[in-house]
Order: sequence, then C-alpha cells, then structure tokens
Amino acid sequence: MPLYLALTCISALLAVGVYAIVDRRNPDISRNVYRLCIALCSILFLAAAMPRGANVLSTTLPFGLPWLGMHFRIDVLSAFFLAVVNLGGAAASAYAIGYGAHEKEPMRVLPFYPAFLAGMNMVVLADDAFSFLVAWEFMSLASWALVLTHHHDAENRRAGFVYLLMASFGGFALLMAFGVLGGIEGAYDFASIRESTKEGWKTGLVLALALVGMGSKAGLAPLHIWLPLAHPAAPSHVSALMSGVMTKVAIYGFIRVVFDLLGPPAFWWSIEPLTFGAASALIGVLFATIQSDLKKLLAYSTIENIGVIFIALGLALAFKANGLALPAALAFTAALFHVFNHSLFKSLLFFGAGAVLGGSGERNIERLGGLIHSMPKTAFLFLGGCVAISALPPLNGFVSEWMVFQAILLSPSLPQWTVKLLVPAVGVALALSAALGAGCYIRAYGVAFLGRPRSDSARTAKDPDRWSIGAMAALLTLCLLAGLLPSLVIDTISPAARDFVGGRMPTQAELSWLSIAPVAESRSSYNGLLVFIFILFSAYSARWVIHKFGSTRSRRAPAWDCGYIETSPTTQYTGSSFAQPIRRTLGVIAFSVKERLDMPAPGDIRAARLNVEIKDRIFDYLYAPLTRAVETCASSLNILSLLTIQEYLALVFAALVFLLVLVAI
Amino acid sequence: MTFLFDLVAQGAQMLLALALSPLLIGLIRKLKARLLRRKGPPIIQPWRDLIRLLRKEVVLADNASWLYRSAPYLIFAMTWVAASLVPTFATGLMFSWSADLIAIIALLGSARFFLALAGMDIGTSFGGIGSSREAMFGSLAEPATIMIVFTVSFVAGTTQLSEIAAYMAGNLELRASVGMALVGLLIVAIAENGRVPVDNPATHLELTMVHEAMVLEYSGRYLALIELASALKLLLYVSLIACVFFPVGLARHDARLEAMAIGLGAYLLKLAIGGFLLALFETSTAKMRVFRVPDFLGAGLMLGLLATLLVFVTRSL
Repeated sequence: MPLYLALTCISALLAVGVYAIVDRRNPDISRNVYRLCIALCSILFLAAAMPRGANVLSTTLPFGLPWLGMHFRIDVLSAFFLAVVNLGGAAASAYAIGYGAHEKEPMRVLPFYPAFLAGMNMVVLADDAFSFLVAWEFMSLASWALVLTHHHDAENRRAGFVYLLMASFGGFALLMAFGVLGGIEGAYDFASIRESTKEGWKTGLVLALALVGMGSKAGLAPLHIWLPLAHPAAPSHVSALMSGVMTKVAIYGFIRVVFDLLGPPAFWWSIEPLTFGAASALIGVLFATIQSDLKKLLAYSTIENIGVIFIALGLALAFKANGLALPAALAFTAALFHVFNHSLFKSLLFFGAGAVLGGSGERNIERLGGLIHSMPKTAFLFLGGCVAISALPPLNGFVSEWMVFQAILLSPSLPQWTVKLLVPAVGVALALSAALGAGCYIRAYGVAFLGRPRSDSARTAKDPDRWSIGAMAALLTLCLLAGLLPSLVIDTISPAARDFVGGRMPTQAELSWLSIAPVAESRSSYNGLLVFIFILFSAYSARWVIHKFGSTRSRRAPAWDCGYIETSPTTQYTGSSFAQPIRRTLGVIAFSVKERLDMPAPGDIRAARLNVEIKDRIFDYLYAPLTRAVETCASSLNILSLLTIQEYLALVFAALVFLLVLVAI
Repeated sequence: MTFLFDLVAQGAQMLLALALSPLLIGLIRKLKARLLRRKGPPIIQPWRDLIRLLRKEVVLADNASWLYRSAPYLIFAMTWVAASLVPTFATGLMFSWSADLIAIIALLGSARFFLALAGMDIGTSFGGIGSSREAMFGSLAEPATIMIVFTVSFVAGTTQLSEIAAYMAGNLELRASVGMALVGLLIVAIAENGRVPVDNPATHLELTMVHEAMVLEYSGRYLALIELASALKLLLYVSLIACVFFPVGLARHDARLEAMAIGLGAYLLKLAIGGFLLALFETSTAKMRVFRVPDFLGAGLMLGLLATLLVFVTRSL
C-alpha cells in the first residue's frame, strides 16, 4: 500500500509539471503548483512513515525494458531517504509559495520543479539498474534545467555547462558500474544482482565507479567543482533542494550499491570513502571560509558535510568488514543522522540566503551588514541554522558529529594497520573541519547580519512573507528537536543499520532521562535536553540575580571603539579581512594564495592596493590538464571526419574484425 | 536521601566553581605582582570588581542588537555548565554523564561562537579584529583539544570525564602518550584563555589584543558576566588538567563527607599550584606576534596527533 501510494504521488508530481505548462496563462499558477507539491510531498512523507507490514514491499510495473519491466521497492533505507527527500521537498515548496512569486520567468521553473522532486523520489524507490539510471538522469536533467533558470547571466550558463558535463560523466560511471554488476546475462534487477557472486576485480571496479558516479553528484572532492557553481545559480528554493536533498539521494545511491548490492565488504573498501571524505571535508570548509558570495559559501559547506557523511560511511564499512556489528551500526547511524541533519539545516540556510537575496538584492556579504535590524526574523532563524551546522550543542549538528567521533574512538579494535593509521588522520581532518566550519559561519553571520549596513540595499532590506518565514521556522524547530531528543531519531534509523550493517545500536529510548549512549553509559553519553535545560536555567538565574541585586539600567550612546569618532561603515571588518588569518596560515597550502602589495612611490598620489590572488589547485592541476588533453585528442582525431568513403569502409571493416576477434577470445 | 545528597553535591560543585574562579584570577594577579616585586591587589579584588560592575549602568552602543544583549547571558551560562561538569573534588556527580568530554569542549565552542558574534555586532574594527583572530585560534585549538581527548579516551577507554579521572587515579603510571597530551593541553589552555604569550589579559588598547578587543564595547553587568565567564573558563582548564593528569585525592560521588573534604582540600591545593605555575610562566615569557600563534597551536595539534598515533601503535602491539 505505501509503495503504490508513493508511485501514485510520483506520477501526480509529473502531472503537476504538465499542468504547469498547460495552464501557464493562469496568474495563480505558481502558487497552485507549489501548493500541490506541498500536498504530494506530505503524502509521500506519510507513505514513508507508514507501517509496512512485511518490512520490504516491491512491485514490478510493465514499463521500460521489455524483458525487465520497472521494479520498485521500499525498504527501511528507501523509507528513510523518502522521508528526508519529501521533508525537504515540502519545506522548499512552502518556502517557494512566497519566494517563487517574484520569479520573472516562472515557466523556467514551474514545469521542472515537480519533475525534479519526482525524479529524486523515483531514484530512492528504484529496484533495478534500468529504472535507477532513468530516474537518476531524469533528476539530473530536471535540476540542470532549473540551474539555467536565470540563463541571461553568462556565469549561470557556464555553471549549467559544467554541471551537465559532470552529471553525464557521473551517469556514465554509474552505467558502467551497473553494467559490471549485471554481468553479460543482463540480470539488472537488484534482487538478482544481490544474489550473484562477485569476483574480486569486479567489486573493486564497481566500488571505484560507484564512488565516482555517486560522488560526483554528492560533491565529493575532487569531483565537486560543479557544485559551487550550479547550486547558487538556481533559485534559492531549488538551491536548497539541490544542496540539502539531491546530494542525499547520491548518498543513498552509494549506500544502496556498496552496502547492499556488492555483498559483504572487505576492509580496503573503507579506504576510498575515508580518504576522499576527509579531503572533501577540509577542501569544502576552507573554500567556504574565503567565499564572499553567501550562496557559494553554503554550497562549499555542503561539500564539507558530504565529506563528514562519507567519513562515517567509510568507518561503517571498515567495522562491518571486520564483523564488528555494534561500531558499524554506530558509524552507519551517525552517517544517516548527519544526512537528516544536513538536509534540515542546509535547506534552512539556503532559504535564509534566498530571503536575504529577495529582501536586499545582494548575495555578496561584503555589501551587506546590519541585517539583524532590518530583517529580524530571518536573522534569528539564520542564526539558528548557523549554530546547528557549526556542530555546536545543544542543536542537532553536534549530535551527529559527536557520534562520528565516538565511532572513531572505537577504531583501535580494527585489526588492519592501514585503516588503523588512517583513522586518526581522518579524525584530525574531521576535528579541523568542524572547528573551521564554526569560524566560517561566525564570519558569514557576523559580516552579513551584524555590524552596520554597508549599502543602502542592506539598510532597507525587508523580511520575506509568512510562508517563507514559516518554512524556515519549521526547519529550525526540527533542528532543535533532533538536537534535544536525538534518541528518537537514532531509534528510527536503527532498523536500517540492522539490515545494512548487521547490527544495531542499543535502543536509546530505554535510557533514563532521554540521553543517548552509543555503546554503554560508562563509555560515553550525551543528553542534549539536559544540557539545554541547564543552559537556560543558568542564564535565567543569572539574569534574575542580576536584575534583583544588581542594576537593570541601560543607556544608549555612540559606540566607544577606543575613543575613535563615528566613522563610515566601510571601516568595519569585511569578510575578506575576517578570513585573512585563515588565508595566511592555511592558505598557502590549501589554495596557493598570493598576496601582493602595490605601494605607490613617495609623491605618487595613486591609491595603494592589496592584490590577493586565490587559485583552486584541483582545477589547475586536475581539470585544466584534463580539458587540454581532451582537446588535443579531439583535434587529432579530427582527421577522421575528412576521410574518403573507401577509407570509412575500411575502418568499419577493421572495427568489425577487431570486435569479432574480441568475442572469439 | 542519596538522591538529595547527590543533588547537593552537584549543586555545591556548581557554586564552588563559580565562587572560586574569580579568586583564581585574583591569586594569579597577586602572584604575578609579587614575582615582579610589587604588592599587588588583594586576592578578593576580582570579586569586588565584578560586584561593582554588576551595580553599574550599562552603556549600549547605538546599534547594538538583541544578540549583543543576550550573548553575555548565553556565554556565561554555557561556560558555567561546562565548568560544573568537570570533576573538581569528586567524580561521578549526579549530572556528570549528561555531557562527556567532547561535549564539554563543544560547549566552550558554543560560548566562543557567541562571543565572536557579539564582537562583530557593533560594527567597529576592533571588534572585527578580535573576532577574526579568535576564530582562527579556535579553529586550531579545538582540533588540538579533540586529539588530546582522543588520546586520553583511548587510554581510559571512555570519554566520560569522571570515568577517565577514576581510571587515571587507579592506573598511575607514566605513559609517553599521556605526557604528550599533557603538554598539548597546556598549550591549548594557554591559548584558549588568552594568557601570555598568546594574548595579554592585562592590556587594553593594543593592536595585538584578541579577547579584550571583542568585549571592548561591553560595560556594566554584561561585562561582569563575560569576565566571570572567562574566569570560569580558566578554572575549567585548570580543573580539567588536574582531574585527568593529577587525579590525586579525588573522592567518589558515593564517598563519605571526610573523603569529600579531603578531595576539596586537594583540589584547592591543585588550583593554587596551577595558579602559581601559570603566574611563573607568564612573568618569564614575552607575548608573541599574532602570526606566530598558529605555529604555537600547531605544535599542540601535532602533539595531540602524535600522542593518538602512539596510543594506537602501543595498544595493538
């Protein structure tokens, strides 16, 4: 029943896309489309939460390849991701009712938006390679169309191009991965893939291809370069969906292939996710720290969080391979918990960035400032998102990071030296990225929302409408609840851990005072609710004591600033000056920063300039040579297009002979 | 009855931390003055200053927002909660399990987050400079602390601070990894509390100031709360080092009153020794340039990592 309901809703979403085209003259079309999306996402969310009598439901529909059909299936993992996708989808649709009303060309968004949602839902439910890939590409193309909404901007067109390129590359890798998995017989449904035996080379190849395919969509470094271009280019509610939700669909794909289809893991499988995860976490957060475009900053921070999730998944693989069920369950639960958390606070932050963009017309934090006065509601909600994503207690980001740390602390029980020595290094990367992440959000919030306005548009900015505020408030509430009552989330995820890594964390609801203890209470425990109550209690008692016995008087006066007189807002610390210490200490390694002071000679009246040049090494050393190589190959193969008919025939004949020989061997 | 006793013990620890922290600052100031052959203010002076500040009127900058006004309470509350979760005279107190060592470090991180934001709220360049440097120091000091936590937890097999202290008290032996962790934690503690050579707590109006730059615009009761919070933070680090590395005399939560009294005496002695060593260290070094601090903290981070690796290697041999 939940499966048919979900499939009906997905077709309904596709129908909404068609309806948007048919009824495009209707002035209320945008509102109607988003309302329908909210309703359908909510039903899909309920379908995910609905009790499934026999844990796993599957069905085959007579579409697609004639001998295969389209298989759909819902199990604990699909249900969890279905819930994540549709929670994000419903929130984004609610936000868009207000935000989307200002869209200049609604027809560039409305037909694709429901299609995008439908694509993501289909990926999560697909149960054979064919439907998975079709849904995957459908999701990619729909989101590509959304990235090109504001296609008048050359930068956005470039973003769309890079995105399309990387998406097709990733799709190609996945095609190969499923090809290897399905084998020559073409057993492409997941049930037969699961049962087939896999040789050693096959698993290695599939693992690498899956990491490339899913990683390129999730934004795993070094395949992340499209993400900071494409995510900010789309309208903000779509950015939120792409960053908060679509990357999670890619995580789902990785888990489905590696934890499910590939069979029991070997310990070396964990090395790739751990290394690339740690690299993504560091690269993401370092680049986020120096961005001045608010949406780009958020996109880079997504890369960091994806890195954290991959680290947790790598740990889960290592533990699972060694038959350590409990630590594996802890790491796996931490990964899924972070998936859930990131989808909440990243959507919230993108909504906030959208509200700032809508209210002031600016995305550049260097031209903002003082928004806490002009947009008080957004400022409060955005602050909540910043605290949550910076992994600070008592909000939810901390809980999942804490669980990853606890999983790392269990790693001495691993027997293999490679993993054993890798894990502490990954731990440093994780700790460093968490701390840098907090600094990054201090900068983002401090420069954009605090201080004095740096431009008129920042001074006159306005809070968005009720729908947008409501969507953000709902997400913040969920962040708070997940942070204070993590045991509920953990117990919801536990069945998935049981099915996919063969163990489960102890039932957390049985612990006293609603605290969580991943292994045993004597080992480690955390109680977000109690910590929160303590903080509130201490703050209010301090306030009460001071107001009772001390003074309550206060008076407004100009800022003191060590006795300097009121100066222009441009003398405030800017985003780039805030990032300067980080740029100096870590910049030389991370982004090959060159700072050059252009000081005029005495007597010269031209202004002195400080030129800062920041390069992306990955782009310079990986992608630039790659594009050059492709170009060289393409131009040298160009002669093939100028052959005579005899030469073409000879070529075809040679190819035929070659293939026949290949088959014969 | 036990419940009530436990509650009283926990409450006593909270109030003890609050009462002692300004006295620790006063002690350090007094000792520093004596080392410089000055007479110095009485040890009680920080408390007097705080009470004076609490009674004064607050002067708020014109564009101070609600964040600026609520941040001192939050910073104080988070630091106080963190400080009262570190065992002082007894382990395993009633709420000691509600946050483990990682959570305590993260709570201090939350306090830092709000302090840095408050520094940027007025929009002066001094506030920005302080926040920016604090963010940089924090992003190196926090991972160093986490690595030290890793080392200690690997050795003790838990991240619960009370259990770690109990384990360390029961297994008194010299370990190279724990020694490295101690040096690392000392480095972090000096940087986190803004002591010489990283920052100078006794100066205002200096271009190299960090903590003072952030709180420059605060006055009256808000300033008092922030000063109290930073005193609590210093006390927290001294107690942390004392209970993990020198857990002598710590009582258990179910011990009798005599044991508690011995624990309290031992704790006061440890605080005094810690304060004396800090004063000695501060008078004998000079402040370093801001851009040398990352090297200093980097040493702490590397020590933490080395200690962790050492535990990994020795554990499995």
